[in-house]
Amino acid sequence: MLTQLPLYQQAILTLAAMILFTSFALLAQQRVLSMIHVFAWQGLLVAATTALVAYDSGAHHLYFSAALTLALKVLLIPWLLHRLVHRLGIHRQPHAVAHPAVVLMVAAALVIFAYYVTLPIHQLAHSITRNTIAISMAVVLLGMLMLITRNKAVSQVIGFMSLENGLFFAAVAATHGMPMVVELGVAFDVLVAAVIFGVFFFHIRDSIDSLDVGRLNRLAEREE
Amino acid sequence: MSALQLTLGIPLLSSVLLGLYGQRPWAASFNLWAAGAGFLASAWLAWGVLTHGALGGGESQFYIDSFNVYLITLTAFVGATTALFSRPYMAQEESSGRLSAKRLRLYHASYQGFLFTLQLALSTNNLGVLWVAMEGATLSTVLLVSLYRTPEAIEAAWKYFIICGVGIALALFGTVLVYFAAAQALPDPEQALLWSELAHHRAELEPVVMVIAFVFLLVGYGTKVGLVPMHTWLPDAHSEGPTPMSAVLSGLLLNVALYAVVRVKILTDGALAAHPGVHDPHLPGYLMMGFGLLSFLVAGLFLHRQRDIKRLFSYSSIEHMGLMTFAFGLGGPLATFAGLLHMTVHSLTKSAIFITVGHASHIAGSQGMEQIRGLIRTQPAVGWGLLIGTAVIAGFPPFGVFVSEFLLLSATMATQPWLTLPLLVGLGVAFAGLFRHVQPMVYGDLPEGQSAVRANMWPVAIQLALVLWLGLAIPAFLAQWFDQATFLISGESLL
Repeated sequence: MLTQLPLYQQAILTLAAMILFTSFALLAQQRVLSMIHVFAWQGLLVAATTALVAYDSGAHHLYFSAALTLALKVLLIPWLLHRLVHRLGIHRQPHAVAHPAVVLMVAAALVIFAYYVTLPIHQLAHSITRNTIAISMAVVLLGMLMLITRNKAVSQVIGFMSLENGLFFAAVAATHGMPMVVELGVAFDVLVAAVIFGVFFFHIRDSIDSLDVGRLNRLAEREE
Repeated sequence: MSALQLTLGIPLLSSVLLGLYGQRPWAASFNLWAAGAGFLASAWLAWGVLTHGALGGGESQFYIDSFNVYLITLTAFVGATTALFSRPYMAQEESSGRLSAKRLRLYHASYQGFLFTLQLALSTNNLGVLWVAMEGATLSTVLLVSLYRTPEAIEAAWKYFIICGVGIALALFGTVLVYFAAAQALPDPEQALLWSELAHHRAELEPVVMVIAFVFLLVGYGTKVGLVPMHTWLPDAHSEGPTPMSAVLSGLLLNVALYAVVRVKILTDGALAAHPGVHDPHLPGYLMMGFGLLSFLVAGLFLHRQRDIKRLFSYSSIEHMGLMTFAFGLGGPLATFAGLLHMTVHSLTKSAIFITVGHASHIAGSQGMEQIRGLIRTQPAVGWGLLIGTAVIAGFPPFGVFVSEFLLLSATMATQPWLTLPLLVGLGVAFAGLFRHVQPMVYGDLPEGQSAVRANMWPVAIQLALVLWLGLAIPAFLAQWFDQATFLISGESLL
């Protein structure tokens, strides 16, 4: 039973549920500024989970990871996105989602699928790790769904970064973090990716006068 | 200084230097010398492995065995020959006004940065660092794809970034799962991602987790290999970026991604073989065979519909990567040996073809195949280069591609005879698809006002000669490396 678990594990499960909830919120969000805020909240929840795991397991390098997540995913990247959105003058534009109800139904199905895949793992028979792995896989899949359903560059980037949050959550919750050298490398890659995304916003706007990547459609295989 | 430090350090330092001073006139020559020095360092490294056996491993962060040492040398070699081609090519791009000096700085810095990430991915022992390096390879090339800043180039770069970004994210999830499976077998968390340790304890890894991890890693790194249906970024990125970039993307990046898949397959196979009854022990192999065959057949058909010469040859790359994936999936010593050989000859041939294609599109002033005509009469070296290169890649004897495809067909005939049919049909379809486009370009009527360009065909001649040599006789040390790698991958040696 859930109430018989130690307090720490209950807290982890609660945080995992909230991370999954923010993924759903991102999927349905229509305004770009709110989307950035929800993304920052998701980062904060991941950082909190990391700190909690660090406290409980005594793995001190995880405090460092938590600080890194806080700095990158909660402060730096949302701040960069905020600035870009204002400089590009798109903070008032609605980012509509086509068929939000269908998207959310598909999202729910993906969560069930993630649980279905992780059920047969023996190693996880009696632990909360099964839940956290399933939820992190679900967050990854929901990030992909967001990438597919959105056609604005900014929302795609947020979907991509939320997918990374899912990966990070998996690493922390399932295995108490990756070795330090890997985590530093991953953080570095995420940072560079964020900067390149920023550069791209300007390139895309200069080339098609909008950030609607649905209009990037010149390179398809088609009869002419 | 050890050879390994030089192999990794030269491109890294050159990348930083060129990032600072890449707009200077000497940058292109410096790029060439740095790539050449990198090749010498890798040859030294290969010599060390040849005489003293595998390097690193155990608790070391680096591991050089016979499987990756030849890929390291190949990467450095193709990097150097492409740099030789890049110098006059990029100078012409600059003088024709398509690129500014500032963009050339970005180009040169990214070129060396890309080589560094590839060498790091190949030489590391840590599966996490392998992931970081693969992602670094995407990041270092994405701004090169959009180098010309045309709407098409921006679109191609965005697709490349998003699709490869998501793909590689899935691979990270797979890596986390491997780490999770390893946490039980290897108590020290610092060692739990080291490939040599994992390979030693592979029988103790939880098979269900490893299969899920393998699926994620196959789809993730498979995106970078260009496997259908995750291939859509590849023709776009290859056709819109500068041609030297297409040569190294096709010749090197795809190989390194496949290398990553094969390394993980070794672990998964080990875990499944030790736990019979959980899953079919050949499941990873079947998955790779399926993806490989699908890519091979679909890309062969797409060859017929192309209008852009660089798109044509990027579909040919998908086709050959599919063939290699199929070979490694088939398993067994003969197919594995064929796959290893095919990796080498495809890299050499395809980068030679892209070099020729770069010159051909400069001659015609267009990448559209309908504009490229009469190459043999305008500039015989380029025309013959394209014709011979295409003949090699289509699998004509006595070149190396023929040998590896023949070995693969024999292996297929012995283990999965009914699969020989789609393979033969696919080879025929691809052959027709290539030659219906290449013949008019090489022989067709000469358009007016077409003149020869300054071309450096030495890299093409050297690489095609090497492929011919590999087709006639494989040097003993190379055959021995292939054989050791075959033993590592399939558990049996061939020779």
